[in-house]
Amino acid sequence: MVEQERIQKQRVTRPTESAPEVPVDTSKGEQLKADLDDLLDEIDEVLEENAEEFVRNYVQKGGE
Amino acid sequence: MAIAKVIGIETEFGIAGGPDQDPIIASSVIVNAYAQRGLTHINWDFEGETPGVDARGIAGLTAFAPIVETQLANTVLANGARLYVDHAHPEYSSPECRTPLEAVRFDAAGEVVLRRAQDFANDTLEPAQAITIYKNNSDGKGNSYGCHENYLVARSVEFADLVRALVPHFVSRQIVVGAGKVGAEGESGHLARPAFQVSQRAEFFEEVVGLETTLKRPIINTRDEPHGDAERFRRLHVIIGDANLSQYATAVKLGATALLLAALEDQGLRGFPAAPRDPVRAVRIFAADPTIATAVDCVDGRTRTAWDFQDELWTLADRYVSEHGGGAVAEPDEVRFILDQWREMLDGVRDDPDAVADRVDWVAKKRIVDGYRERYGLGADDARLRAIDLQYHDLRPGRSLAARVGLRRLADDDAVESAILEPPASTRAYFRGQCVKRFPGAIAAANWDSVVFDLGDGPLQRVPMPDPLRGTAELTAHLFETNSTAIDLLSALGG
Repeated sequence: MVEQERIQKQRVTRPTESAPEVPVDTSKGEQLKADLDDLLDEIDEVLEENAEEFVRNYVQKGGE
Repeated sequence: MAIAKVIGIETEFGIAGGPDQDPIIASSVIVNAYAQRGLTHINWDFEGETPGVDARGIAGLTAFAPIVETQLANTVLANGARLYVDHAHPEYSSPECRTPLEAVRFDAAGEVVLRRAQDFANDTLEPAQAITIYKNNSDGKGNSYGCHENYLVARSVEFADLVRALVPHFVSRQIVVGAGKVGAEGESGHLARPAFQVSQRAEFFEEVVGLETTLKRPIINTRDEPHGDAERFRRLHVIIGDANLSQYATAVKLGATALLLAALEDQGLRGFPAAPRDPVRAVRIFAADPTIATAVDCVDGRTRTAWDFQDELWTLADRYVSEHGGGAVAEPDEVRFILDQWREMLDGVRDDPDAVADRVDWVAKKRIVDGYRERYGLGADDARLRAIDLQYHDLRPGRSLAARVGLRRLADDDAVESAILEPPASTRAYFRGQCVKRFPGAIAAANWDSVVFDLGDGPLQRVPMPDPLRGTAELTAHLFETNSTAIDLLSALGG
């Protein structure tokens, strides 16, 4: 076998679950998206101004 | 019954800035800044440090015994923790804790200690020399530093069984407790360079079992340094973990591992899933696939995804608790909480990641990275995405993204504050912390398993603490109440 790994989309329901019909709660999904949008709106004020330089200058020595 | 799973968690923090941009100097400045505020000045005692002793009983020919550095800043805090310079990083090693949630509090206390030390240091430095600290594990350029866990295990457990039981867990738990990373930095071998990885640390692991922590890092570390009675105890030293900003992730990381260790001690290898044929490859493959769909071949002929491993391990832990109770790990309510959160977070990363973005670090980070990239149409290698990654871990309140993503907390500010000032009550850390707090002038040094007193005349007096479960509040609080001086305390102890 050339490739050991395979892509599997497993959606096995565990036997102990009764798989109840859950109505899709769209309001929760919308709230999550709104929260993320709010964060993305303000994120530029939080991020370092020169991302390129900030990332380049962050060099560590290995530890442990 | 399994012995109590005493837990410690130690974090090497990333550090930038400082005089001459030298990380060793910056780390010393941080530790000294905290000490100079009178918050600690007790020296660490290196007696008993044997990081080169191998649990397999053989000295590996490729093994470099870790070097204990004695000249760098090294202190003990009143909460029983150790704050010191390790290589080129400031490190906070939590005191020994009796339960996972207690360890979460003392880990969170460490974050606050480092944040305060950062502020104290920067008060004395020019703005251009300001020091910044990150609770992460990689610089994105191939350099990694650790977040290690320690668990008390009965010496009677065979080391080979620890390896057999824990490899499946350590390769797969990252999908629940990984801290996430933008891009890849190591040699990802046959893998296409992933845009996002589930874990900070995964790609730095090169061996299954070994003694090293800085070169050829192993999934299972064999350091045999019990910091206690070696006849009775092992201290399992776990180096394959990410530093978490999510307190829920820390709780599940520690709690799940402790439950699996208790299960191994009480019922042997029954129920543990077979290991991957190539564990090192599995760690990396699982890290590089945020869809968590990739399966690997196992030694029993089956294939498993990381989720499959975790599902089997959760089922094993759940059964163990229903048959034996989880008393070795915590009280029943806390054990149930750990199991429920582990289950929810595991199912969440597969079925509805948004629902666990308030608890799973890599999911929380990935949402911001993806959202920002999509909003501005950025390429996967844009520096701004790497800046987001770095600033997720930033300890500065004004720059921290972890503080802005809505992570749920387990320890509120008051609980964390008391964990800075007071040691845990149910381990020997209580005795150490109380001594440091009450008699700082009479203590020459302290370490995990002893406190050394200097009473001014005569020889130094060492109080040994070979049992992590003694020296507790229950056993020693009355000694501190009735003895107001170190001399009286030592007399009462029979010294």
